[in-house]
Amino acid sequence: MSSHNLKKTDIIFGICHTSDDNQNILPGGVCKTSRTKYTVLEEVIKKDPQDIINDIIESGLKGRGGAGFPTGYKWKFGAASPEAEKYVICNADEGEPGTFKDRDILLKVPGKIYAGMTICGYCIKAKQGYIYLRGEYRYMIPELQKVLDEFHETIKEIGFDFHIDILLGSGAYVCGEETALMESMEGKRGEPRNKPPFPTIEGFRNKPTVINNVETFVNVVMIQKLGVGEFSKLGTQDSRGSKVFSVSGDTPIPGVYELELGMKLSDFVDEYGDGDTKAVQVGGASGFCVPRKKFDDTIIGFEGIPTGGSMMLFNSSRSMYNVLCNYLDFFAEESCGQCTPCRVGCQQLIRGIKAVKCGQRPPEYLDTLLKLTDSMRLSAKCGLGQSVANSFSSIVSNFTEEMIY
Amino acid sequence: MIENLTKKYGKSRESLIPILQAVVEKENYLSEEAMNEIAKQLDISAAQVYGTASFYSFLDTEPRGKYVIRVCKSIIAEMKGKKEIIRTLENVLKIKVGQTTSDNMFSLLETNDIGWSDQEPSMLINENPYTNLTPEKVMSIINEYRK
Ligand SMILES: Cc1cc2nc3c(=O)[nH]c(=O)nc-3n(C[C@H](O)[C@H](O)[C@H](O)COP(=O)(O)O)c2cc1C
Ligand code: SF4
Ligand code: FES
Repeated sequence: MSSHNLKKTDIIFGICHTSDDNQNILPGGVCKTSRTKYTVLEEVIKKDPQDIINDIIESGLKGRGGAGFPTGYKWKFGAASPEAEKYVICNADEGEPGTFKDRDILLKVPGKIYAGMTICGYCIKAKQGYIYLRGEYRYMIPELQKVLDEFHETIKEIGFDFHIDILLGSGAYVCGEETALMESMEGKRGEPRNKPPFPTIEGFRNKPTVINNVETFVNVVMIQKLGVGEFSKLGTQDSRGSKVFSVSGDTPIPGVYELELGMKLSDFVDEYGDGDTKAVQVGGASGFCVPRKKFDDTIIGFEGIPTGGSMMLFNSSRSMYNVLCNYLDFFAEESCGQCTPCRVGCQQLIRGIKAVKCGQRPPEYLDTLLKLTDSMRLSAKCGLGQSVANSFSSIVSNFTEEMIY
Repeated sequence: MIENLTKKYGKSRESLIPILQAVVEKENYLSEEAMNEIAKQLDISAAQVYGTASFYSFLDTEPRGKYVIRVCKSIIAEMKGKKEIIRTLENVLKIKVGQTTSDNMFSLLETNDIGWSDQEPSMLINENPYTNLTPEKVMSIINEYRK
């Protein structure tokens, strides 16, 4: 499986996969055959929720928001709780720099997102779902709501007891973190909670909650539609299925692309680079920077570098020092300030690399800063502070000269 | 106005952010009076209202113009000519980043990634995105808003 060529796929955006389905396509990209829309849901409601969850476990689907938790198990935990009040949340906060794939999913196939959330509600016995949409995407609401209104009518006809509301964020990156998102939904500052308890035990309103990324929900629909076998043919052992990538930076063809997981970074760069690619930042500011010499040995997937889908390409005209400064400014600004390692750490890293660059500190000071990011990784309360180390250490150690001279 | 909003969104703590968002949409920012009134209506302290509002960059607590321009400053934007876009906006509006025009029409701000890195430089004017910006394009967009 390691010599994997780049394969384009059409799972997420592909409209339908059987010929008669294609005759009637709804806006929102969900199939409509004769009068009946959402054929997937008509099949789903005949199944036992436990079997659907087992399908998802067997498919090997992992969360598409970045952390990669196995979706089937998350749903299983959500279903296990006996509480009567439970929630399904779709994380559409998409704030990671260089990420814009959920934008296209929301604009092109919202019906599939709603269907995935409904399947989740059916599986865990939740009646209410929410989409937490980032404030920057407010312009989408009229269209999303229109498709949603139609959707509600259809699922009522099919027999689902499920309702979805759209809530709007207000420009805070940390609210993409699942517990911060729930605080925000409860009308508070978006400060991450301690974990455990995990949201499947105590989530929104302290009730069991399953939260997934936009793309994860669409994948669930496609697993039901295509069957586990067909779905798991795509990708590798550890990274099943396809992934929607946000490709930006020094590329002649920036945009949103759906590719099979488990590809080699060198294959990706061959296709999307401008011929002079010096580094690729995989997974946004909180991800890893891979230098040219490692393209061949880097797998994009959970066995290599996992990613929410952001791929930023930099060619040799770019200063990696500037790139790192931009990321650090971003983290310092978006840190919620709740815990010291992150709040103070981000500021110290900015000061530190500036001091090395202008010669106020010797080059060895970079090692001190690397140790600081190690302790941030260990002691910060949430993924924001913990992941600053990823870009910092991968840029500083691979482009040390650029940090000094 | 606040009373109408509490009628629409309810008076629970969960309605706080939707109410704040609605006030910003109508009045461009959250005045002290508005926040005090919201606190009274929801029966929470003004500090809680301010504490929540100040957490979110889109819930402005400073006066803003009718049109709030937020130019993306994330790395890809910077690589694709964000500086020139800012310079153009500063010239046509005759203000600096962070300021509001004297006729209260435009505020100019920078923001982190707005989800258009494939079409940089980009900006939001209120909720509307504008992408693949050039200085000429920026000028014609501003002229449209001035009409
Ligand atoms: C600072 C921070 C920001 C995050 N932003 C997002 C986001 O915008 N969208 C998203 O789906 N997950 C985001 N996550 C991950 C979520 O916490 C969570 O893991 C995810 O929504 C789970 O869904 P999944 O299993 O389907 O990926 C973020 C995490 C952190 C720490
Ligand atoms: S790591 Fe940063 S963002 Fe996360 S809780 Fe601590 S201060 Fe807040
Ligand atoms: S870099 Fe500007 S929207 Fe992503």
